Amino acid sequence: MTNRIDAAFSRLQASGKKAFVAYVCAGDPTLDRTVEVVRALEQSGVDIIELGLPFSDPLADGVVNQMAAGRALAAGATMGGVLDLVRHIREESQIPIVLFTYLNPVYAWGFTKFHADAAAAGADGVLLLDLPPDEDGLNAELTTEGAALRRIRLIAPTTPAERMREIAAKSEGFIYYISREGVTGVQQTLATNIAEQVAQIKAGGSTVPVCVGFGISTPEQSHDVALAADGVVVGSAIVRIVEQHGHAPDLAQKLIAFVKPLVDAAKI
Amino acid sequence: MISPTSLPDSHGHFGAFGGMFVPETLMYALRELAAEYERAKVDPAFHAELNRLLKEYVGRPTPLYHAERWSEILGGARIYLKREDLLHTGAHKINNALGQILLAMRLGKKRIIAETGAGQHGVATATVAARFGCDCVIYMGAEDMRRQALNVARMRFLGAEVRAVTAGQATLKEAVNEAMRDWVTNVRSTHYILGSALGSHPFPMIVRDFHRIIGVEAREQIIAREGRLPDHLVACVGGGSNAIGLFHTFLEDASVKMTGVEAGGEGISEGKHAARFQGGKLGVLQGTKTMLLADRDGQIQLTHSVSAGLDYAAVGPEHAYYMSEGRIQYTYATDAEALDAFQTLARIEGIIPALETAHGLAEVKKLAPTLSKDQIIIANLSGRGDKDVAEAARHIFKEDLKF
Repeated sequence: MTNRIDAAFSRLQASGKKAFVAYVCAGDPTLDRTVEVVRALEQSGVDIIELGLPFSDPLADGVVNQMAAGRALAAGATMGGVLDLVRHIREESQIPIVLFTYLNPVYAWGFTKFHADAAAAGADGVLLLDLPPDEDGLNAELTTEGAALRRIRLIAPTTPAERMREIAAKSEGFIYYISREGVTGVQQTLATNIAEQVAQIKAGGSTVPVCVGFGISTPEQSHDVALAADGVVVGSAIVRIVEQHGHAPDLAQKLIAFVKPLVDAAKI
Repeated sequence: MISPTSLPDSHGHFGAFGGMFVPETLMYALRELAAEYERAKVDPAFHAELNRLLKEYVGRPTPLYHAERWSEILGGARIYLKREDLLHTGAHKINNALGQILLAMRLGKKRIIAETGAGQHGVATATVAARFGCDCVIYMGAEDMRRQALNVARMRFLGAEVRAVTAGQATLKEAVNEAMRDWVTNVRSTHYILGSALGSHPFPMIVRDFHRIIGVEAREQIIAREGRLPDHLVACVGGGSNAIGLFHTFLEDASVKMTGVEAGGEGISEGKHAARFQGGKLGVLQGTKTMLLADRDGQIQLTHSVSAGLDYAAVGPEHAYYMSEGRIQYTYATDAEALDAFQTLARIEGIIPALETAHGLAEVKKLAPTLSKDQIIIANLSGRGDKDVAEAARHIFKEDLKF
């Protein structure tokens, strides 16, 4: 079966469209509600879901995502629960899902086992914030042999040009370009050199799509990033809507009202 | 066992431990730091300045003191104390803070950040930042700010901004998270002086190397005094910087036994201690693969210790390696045992140790009587207890001292 992430980008590229990737924290405020959240995001036109698997010490995350992880853990989110959630979403949706987390929860589950179990549950990719490609091949237990999950890699503004190309060459699914130095969270202004950086990432000949995130929260920003990259990632701004309306009966409507304009602005 | 001098390898691994498990944004800064450190290591001018400042500003070498009365009372081995408590700022931490700020100067970084638990590393960092004219921000858990209020005031006098961290249980781990977030955001202008033999490569190596002088001096001093090597070395282990500093030079001397002492808190049950080698497991936290306290799902567990400096869920990766090789033994002392040793050293030897240090002394108290009078223990007296006066009074006199 073709990986859903790859299929999504093939489809988008064939129609000349950019991807919209939305991040939410699994289990915030509860695992049941996350099913509704994902459904609302799909209805808003989101192409790919990044599902955060909460970790107690999210050191690359700003306060919005930290608090979301805290709420999810307090509500009882576990690795088993999140994998069940993915299975649950798969009963009604084929939207590509990337599991976004830190290494330790994956390590505790068993790295190889996690990759197999997540793929079996219906996930399509994994992004581990604190596992840089430098550790590939250096840790006997960190093997993903035969795993069907796409390994999404990060590139940062501080990544030197040569390293960008090395990471791009190892990337699968898509590359997540962190558009600015800092933790996750809403920013007033965007970095100005995004198009230049995306071109540099692709200079090595990599054909993996480049999606850009970190700090995007308005339709204008979404539009600007879509002009420069293959896709737009929005996280904290959506998490904030879940924070405000997580227990409200009209959570889905609130999400659609916020996310659809962001998606539409990226669909240029 | 791999030769201690060839560890870590070029990837920052100590056997199966260590490494660089950080977000991509930091990789460049870590590689830049590692490269600059390699250049500094072979630069005589760097060593000349470091050694001059260690001597004139920090107060090295520190004495190796024969604790005669305590040795006699315990009735066993001769106990020597390596007096790191006599250093400027009151603990071994300044060895590393000074070395790292010299690296920051070479990197052209004039903004310094650090985390601190007990406040000793924060004070040491604030001190060298003042000395070199750098802006300084120290992240400290709100709970630690309460129990180490004296050190908070010292950091402020030294011109540092102390930022309270209220997340989680508001202790050292949360302070490290917040310092890492600052570094990710300000990485181009800022150097992060990590305070223990922890975190991503190259920190465990750099921190160890700057503290290695503790063991180098102790070795010379004990040979001059006793004409031979010690039988036992003892030190407390939070991240493990003072312990690896004392132990490293002796690792290839098979006759020298070594014991690292973790914080047993209120006893070894979940959330009540910080003894990673008692019920901890392999995992990845804050940049390194090591032994840590986590639940079945990999969520980091709460820790407890009377000493803020040992109250942390992960141990330095080099310690995890020597534990796995059986070269260093690890045990723990409870809060009560540490407080008892704190009192003992004060009353018998007239030295008030830090509560962290007192964990190592609690082990000395158990170990010495089992040895004969011709055997020698060197314990690292890693810090003095001035900072702990209020916390110790709360436990020992049941009094709340106000300053």
